[in-house]
Amino acid sequence: MERLRVLALNSTYDESFIRQVEMESGQQISRCYQCGNCGASCNYTCVYDYPVNQIMRLIQLGQKEVVLSSRAIWLCAACTACTTRCPCNIEVTKIMETLRVMSLEEGTVSLKDVELFYKEFLRSLKNFGRVFEAGLLPLVNLRIGRPFNDMELAPLVFKGRKIHLFPSFIKGRKEISAIFDRFESWRRKKEDLS
Amino acid sequence: MKDNFSRTVAYYPGCSVEGTAKEFDESTREIFRVLNVALREIPDWNCCGSTPSHIYDPLLSAAISGRNLAIAERMGFYEVMTPCPGCLKALKGSIEVFNNPLKRKDLLNILDMPFYGRIKAVSVVQFLVEDVGIEEIERCVLFPLEGITIVPYYGCLLTRPPKSAQFDDPEQPTSLDRILEAIGATVPHFPFKTECCGATYGVVRKDIVGRLTGRILEMALDLGADAIAVACPLCQQNLDLRQEQIERYRGRSFKISVPYITQLIGLSFGIDPKKLGWHRLAADPQKLLTRFDKLSKKRPTEPPTIR
Ligand code: SF4
Ligand code: SF4
Repeated sequence: MERLRVLALNSTYDESFIRQVEMESGQQISRCYQCGNCGASCNYTCVYDYPVNQIMRLIQLGQKEVVLSSRAIWLCAACTACTTRCPCNIEVTKIMETLRVMSLEEGTVSLKDVELFYKEFLRSLKNFGRVFEAGLLPLVNLRIGRPFNDMELAPLVFKGRKIHLFPSFIKGRKEISAIFDRFESWRRKKEDLS
Repeated sequence: MKDNFSRTVAYYPGCSVEGTAKEFDESTREIFRVLNVALREIPDWNCCGSTPSHIYDPLLSAAISGRNLAIAERMGFYEVMTPCPGCLKALKGSIEVFNNPLKRKDLLNILDMPFYGRIKAVSVVQFLVEDVGIEEIERCVLFPLEGITIVPYYGCLLTRPPKSAQFDDPEQPTSLDRILEAIGATVPHFPFKTECCGATYGVVRKDIVGRLTGRILEMALDLGADAIAVACPLCQQNLDLRQEQIERYRGRSFKISVPYITQLIGLSFGIDPKKLGWHRLAADPQKLLTRFDKLSKKRPTEPPTIR
């Protein structure tokens, strides 16, 4: 079982990982004294592989691989209960967000459904400038192999005529894809430098 | 737009109000007309980028939502109001990146539009409480919701995290309570005010939403609530649209109406429920509307019907 994995802390310690998390999140990891408040406040602890306070501890221990491939970081709903309750004023939610960004970059995303949903979302955004709910969800459900997921909601949605049958385009959609393009070339430049 | 209004604010609707949260938009526009505030929709606004772009890179998210802010600034606004707490988070994130000296230059290069980071983003609820004021809302109430018990559900983003929300109390907020009291409703203390509803996990992990949203619905029912007032499209979707799914999951019948706070305010202002989008709610609100009609003694003529 994953949870009972023995970590050889010394051989997997990665100092630069700690620095990177600190830099990207703007939070000081060493301030965490493991009070457990964040884990106790988190509504998702029951489905996490590592409670959020353990994630904090694993970062302190430089355990890059375990942290970035954990399910916990992707099951986090960014509800900010942890940030609100941390006695050391650490913005734990921001750290979780940083870890998701890093995990995507490293290609270690544990929940593929989520990654797929995000990709489709961004594609819709880039092409239309707005997000097209009716097109997005069925597509994702199809791709995750559950085409009938949430089908029973359809009559309720149509009753309120809540979903557009066609995507709404914005005039500035070229501006939006230009933002994406400029971002991509900025990112490539950054990667070339490092 | 001719300015017969006492003031004007930039309005960012967001993608969800074009789809599943249409009634939030409709009722917001209706009540602000009564409150004498003109909403100027940001022309050709784009999606805020939501969680996916933020996860992809916070800088991308900042540039995408920044376009909306830049347009609003160009129109001369210092404040933009949005109904969706998720969009609010993205808009605020953009200003936060702008204020980070290490990131500002990159942001402006990617955005490639003049943007001065002067604008402030607020939620509809914050604008109602801080700019319009509870007294002003109370003054416009024609038909108080007397005898109707409503619990306020804030969700996780409206008042949190305190540093970026800068509004109300993060753990024990009272803004929705105060609005509900002002429009005449009975408002019991609701212990799950800010507990997470399960967010987007309705799509991939129904068990999580079943448990989290389920206990919110149960608590409301146990407190004898006729309705749960919300202010977030995602919370509303979990509590209302998924209510039957959750009934099956919990083996208990709820049948509780989950309107947006703006729909309730509109009702007390005497606006036609249809204009407020009450017919769009998934859990049938007719029982509540009939009760409202019976109890609001001053109601002049016909009862509000929505079907
Ligand atoms: S609440 Fe703060 S100090 Fe306590 S374990 Fe979590 S991060 Fe560490
Ligand atoms: S922000 Fe994430 S980790 Fe923190 S309490 Fe909420 S769900 Fe848990």
